[in-house]
Amino acid sequence: MSKGGGQVLEIRNLGKTYGTGERATHAIADVSFAVEDGEFVCVVGPSGCGKTTLLKCVAGLLNPGSGEVLLRGSQVTSPPEEMALVFQEYGRSLMPWSSVWNNVLLPLRHKKLAAKERKQLVEEALAAVGLTRFSHHYPWQLSGGMQQRVAIARALAYQPSILLMDEPFASVDAQTRGDLEDLILQVREEFAVTILFVTHDIDESVYLSDRVVVLTHAPTEVKEIIAVDLPFPRDQISTKELPEFAHLRGHVYRLIKRDQVEPAELALAEPVPESGRRG
Amino acid sequence: MSKGAYRATAIAAEVAVPVAILLAWQAWTAQANDPKFPRLSTILVEFRELWLFSQFELHVVPSLTRIALGFGIAVIVGVAIGIPLGLSRRGRILAMPHIEWWRAMPPPALLPISIVLLHSIGDRQKVSFIAFFCLFPILLNTIDGVRGIDPALMETARSYGVGRFERIGRIVFPAALPQIFAGMRTSLSLAVIMMVLTEYFSSTSGVGYVLLISKNTFQLAPMWAAIVLIGLLGYLLNLLLVLIERRVLAWHRGWRAAAAQ
Repeated sequence: MSKGGGQVLEIRNLGKTYGTGERATHAIADVSFAVEDGEFVCVVGPSGCGKTTLLKCVAGLLNPGSGEVLLRGSQVTSPPEEMALVFQEYGRSLMPWSSVWNNVLLPLRHKKLAAKERKQLVEEALAAVGLTRFSHHYPWQLSGGMQQRVAIARALAYQPSILLMDEPFASVDAQTRGDLEDLILQVREEFAVTILFVTHDIDESVYLSDRVVVLTHAPTEVKEIIAVDLPFPRDQISTKELPEFAHLRGHVYRLIKRDQVEPAELALAEPVPESGRRG
Repeated sequence: MSKGAYRATAIAAEVAVPVAILLAWQAWTAQANDPKFPRLSTILVEFRELWLFSQFELHVVPSLTRIALGFGIAVIVGVAIGIPLGLSRRGRILAMPHIEWWRAMPPPALLPISIVLLHSIGDRQKVSFIAFFCLFPILLNTIDGVRGIDPALMETARSYGVGRFERIGRIVFPAALPQIFAGMRTSLSLAVIMMVLTEYFSSTSGVGYVLLISKNTFQLAPMWAAIVLIGLLGYLLNLLLVLIERRVLAWHRGWRAAAAQ
């Protein structure tokens, strides 16, 4: 893999607290790590450890309470143009009134591009995820896995240098999940993107990444950062049969398991984010 | 039953039931011989004389124009105010008491003052009156529709750098459209009511005016013909709106059907 292009992304002492006073919930205490150019970094942690909050701060959608996110050295305060975000809830992030084509076109409409370039970008993105034949369909006419591929195509068409993914494959079946994992590895190769990928699936994190960042439960800190030196190209069967894979998987598993929280604490761990509330 | 057969039966029922009622009306009025209830055949002859020929331009066109203008203004203003209010909590806190107050006001209570304030019993007063009361269902539905938008959709657009106005045009408006149409359906039937009300109260033309004059001069056949016309107008206008909605919101029906599976 092409690595070593220097740091593109640095998360420095990031903290986030919801609410104030006695009712304050410390979602993230202090998280720091960096992502190299071209790297695939997975973030795993126990459920409710503020992974989504972390990613939203990185994406510039949420202001961190403390610390900062640096993109090529400059602080992220609003969504940067070179980042694209793929959510877990594909069904909720696609526009049901627009065709697949128009959904993928959405982030390109306001970019200063010729009509021909836009068309080409959409075509390439749809081809990369194997949905060329479905461009005139509505998203809800497709299966869950295909809808998530539309969301990935939309992110690719935006031509980001960094792809942020928030548990993107958590709501599809196991078979589809494996296919999508391989798709994203292939896309990474083809489009030369840096990927920051949040998941709660330990196997997935080891299978996909160059490095795994393991988080503690809330208030969240970095427990350990593990380098994954499994060979590329990775394969759902042969890679997962490697003793190194089993070893790494076990290692991450132990880190998270040791960190399991009591149910009472868990209830406090995932606060409703501000944007999710209806005023 | 196949889908086609089901549809044919539904349409037959929609036609057959009113026809049966009309036949019963004709049979009953024929034997009752009551001047207050003219025979259906008499009403229909009157209907043809009045509305299809001589009076169409004089009275039906003005009434339809008032409905169209009043309703059209209500849709534009309702959506234009409803979208920002739906997006702004602060705006809602400021505006909602006023909206609730005016919405609770019975329209006839404001009819006299509308004439005084607008110095008019002409189209200006009628169109404003219709627009004012048609506004609320559309406005409140738009606000609700905008508030119901999935935050994930807005965040996605924001993360892609889609600007505020483009977000409104490409996401907020289409997402709220099903609710906006629901409000429009309520408002359209209100528009017909308001049309009759304003014309009945003070006017020199229109279907409501004919209704009033016929009643005052004890011409019961024309009065019944006017009632039939008003009912028919309401029915046809609603049908038209439903057909438009079906076309515009085809995605919504498909989406909901897919979500229900």
